Amino acid sequence: MGELLLSMTAIGKKFGPVTALQGAEFQLNKGEVHAILGVNGAGKSTLIKILSGVYPQDEGKIRLDGSDIRLESPKAAKEQGIYCVYQEVDTAIVAELTVGENILLDTFAEKGNPFVSKQKINKRAYSALLELQAESIDVQQKAANLTLAEKQMVLIARALVHSAKIIIFDEPTAPLSIHESEKLYAVITKLKAQGVGCVFISHRLPEVFEISDRITVMREGTLVKTYETSEADQDQVIEAMLGAALSNELEPRAHDIGTTLLEVENLSDGQKLKDLSLTVARGEVVGVVGLVGAGKTELAKALFGGTPLTSGTIKLSGKTAKIKHPADAIKAGMALIPEERRKEGLFVQESLETNASFPNLKKFSKRLLMDRKEEKRFADQIIERLRIKTNNTETPLIHLSGGNQQKVAIGKWISLDSALYLFDEPTKGVDIGAKVDIFKLIRQLAENGKGCLYFSSEIHEAIGISDRILVMYNGQIVKELSRQEATQERILLYASGGKEELGEEQKLGERQRNSVSI
Amino acid sequence: MGKNKSSVKDNAIQFLFKYGAIALLVFIIFYFSTISDAFFTYGNFTDILRSISIVTLLALGVTFTLVVDGFDLSVGSTMSLSTVVAASLMVWYDMPLWLVLVLPLLIGVAVGAVNSFLIVVIGIPDLLATLSMMYIVAGLHRTYTEGYSIYNNMPLTSGGTAPGQLSEAFLWIGQGQMLGLPVPVWIMLVMVLASYVILNHTRWGRVLYMTGGNAEAATLSGVSVKKVKFTAYVVSGIFASMAGILFTARVGSGQIDAGAPLMMEAVAAVFVGYSVLGAGKPNALGTFFGAAVIGILLNGLTILNLPYYAFDIIKGGVLVAALAVTYVYAKKKFSKT
Repeated sequence: MGELLLSMTAIGKKFGPVTALQGAEFQLNKGEVHAILGVNGAGKSTLIKILSGVYPQDEGKIRLDGSDIRLESPKAAKEQGIYCVYQEVDTAIVAELTVGENILLDTFAEKGNPFVSKQKINKRAYSALLELQAESIDVQQKAANLTLAEKQMVLIARALVHSAKIIIFDEPTAPLSIHESEKLYAVITKLKAQGVGCVFISHRLPEVFEISDRITVMREGTLVKTYETSEADQDQVIEAMLGAALSNELEPRAHDIGTTLLEVENLSDGQKLKDLSLTVARGEVVGVVGLVGAGKTELAKALFGGTPLTSGTIKLSGKTAKIKHPADAIKAGMALIPEERRKEGLFVQESLETNASFPNLKKFSKRLLMDRKEEKRFADQIIERLRIKTNNTETPLIHLSGGNQQKVAIGKWISLDSALYLFDEPTKGVDIGAKVDIFKLIRQLAENGKGCLYFSSEIHEAIGISDRILVMYNGQIVKELSRQEATQERILLYASGGKEELGEEQKLGERQRNSVSI
Repeated sequence: MGKNKSSVKDNAIQFLFKYGAIALLVFIIFYFSTISDAFFTYGNFTDILRSISIVTLLALGVTFTLVVDGFDLSVGSTMSLSTVVAASLMVWYDMPLWLVLVLPLLIGVAVGAVNSFLIVVIGIPDLLATLSMMYIVAGLHRTYTEGYSIYNNMPLTSGGTAPGQLSEAFLWIGQGQMLGLPVPVWIMLVMVLASYVILNHTRWGRVLYMTGGNAEAATLSGVSVKKVKFTAYVVSGIFASMAGILFTARVGSGQIDAGAPLMMEAVAAVFVGYSVLGAGKPNALGTFFGAAVIGILLNGLTILNLPYYAFDIIKGGVLVAALAVTYVYAKKKFSKT
């Protein structure tokens, strides 16, 4: 175990009347990967923002290498050797500069020689990438051409150039493919060996257990407990995050599946989607699983009339539906909960009331004028039904947490009583408490005879919620699996373009009973 | 200690944002009243209202386009065009009153339709499309009149004099009185009220605001964003031509370039209106209020005999103050914690 590098003690932070942190503690050793876990709103982002100099703390001490430090700006934090690799890498990369210039970006703001030498930059940048075994990235190309994973490497390299002591990884794997994530783990292991302290934030428990040495769990702005990863188990950690034991098993479906609701035949959009056919019955939850980029979002949008089709028919309850615009889809009885809820699903600067009534304004304006009381009543109703945490139906949604926003994005369809719900990655960026609520809601909808299409790249979750699973790869449905047949391994195989060998006895591996993953 | 100070500051901003514009108005009225006896009189106030009625109509149109996250720069030119068309229909062609009213309005609809075609179908950004239309329509109206203003029995370039005159009934729209208020003031008040009800209390208003707030989310909620934008620009065109008709009736002739100087004033009124009662977005009452603040200020300064050339400094100052309050508040309100 390395020596103590950083300690944050009794950190407090308020935003107006809201207490974000109170008595938060965090310690980091040299050469350690220390994960911070917590549900949304637990205060982990605030804590790392304090550590990276974005916010000043109201109270508490930060000690680095045995001396008190103050981090008044991101620049001050960088001078102390604290670097952050943000989840949204694009905000930290200057797309028009070369890779080399991006890696050495912080040196441009330093005092001293005002001239920059391209050669020197490229040389230093190259050696930093070499350390990360990412020397295949050409330092002279524009950063705009890089993949997300490569941009991440550039950011890590930027930290290395300055001999960073601490690197904070804020949900680094969220946008990455499995292969890219594994490469990132390797880099982190390497950094560890060099004595860099790594702070690792993620919603994905399995990877946290794979990569971290210690886990600190936060809840409601304060420290719950710090575990040695080797001694902790997942249930224990989840319990600590939630503050109460969570039965993480969805009850098996108790209702019968009805007649066919949705029939899609030979659907193509001329771009991504090729010749897709699928059905959904009343009361059935059909999972559509695929890796990032497989075409799930495209399929959801195409069904909903968001993008034009080049061929194919969509039948709802046996009747051919002509869907040219989302308005047609809504009229036909569909509801879409889009992946990018802030961008596509919600009006974040508006209140919950306004958002909730919007898809069905006619219901709330019997005689042309809006009935504000009715709107409020409906808002209160979905707050209660979906267990949305907010004190006021009039607060702009931007102040709600991701999970609660998602619930609003779902709840707004309830007044329409749609027959078919399309959920596109509904659990993305949602904490586990809200996830469970969302699963329960989907189950409830199915029990009431609604059809649900559940688009997800979280294989675990899809297995847990779905009655049937369609695996997508490269714009096509490559395999249909029943609930009993579906295992993580088989889905992953098909989702990454592989095929099982025929003839070989298909082992219907024991399906994992832990339906809900984090 | 520090927290107290910041909450005092927050509250001050809150207060400024909600009531700042109203407080400013009250202060201005109070100030001018103490300085001049002529200011705080019924006659002067109806004068002020009449003087802002045309700008307010223009500004209401701009409000609708700003609500859908657009921007209509062509309203000034549209107003100029409908001013000269209304006058010419009477003076040159001796047309009946109803046609004199309907044709300019149709011109407004047409300009709005072309604007939205450029924006929605071709995909030119709002500001640039309407900027181009501003030039085209301004050129059209000058070409149409060959650069002359149109007045009763004017001499024609083709020889002789024009056959018609502006009718009494038409002039009444701009110069008449009704129930103790000038007719233009009634028209303005009715339009402000109608716009307010539509924008704030009907589902149409909701659709307009949401389209402006997040067009993608609105589409996925079943709104046809193209149709909504089209409507907003047509409404804007109609308001601009109403302003043009009113202008002709008010001055009794078809002045060319009548709308050009009013366009920016209308835009300023809308932006001052953002800060009224904490709206933070374009709204009908705020627009009226913004026009009123500017109008009252100019009226008072005229009474004070301030040099006319300095007025724009005052207008700009009011606009900056209103925008500052709006944006500082928006930063607070929507800053993420």
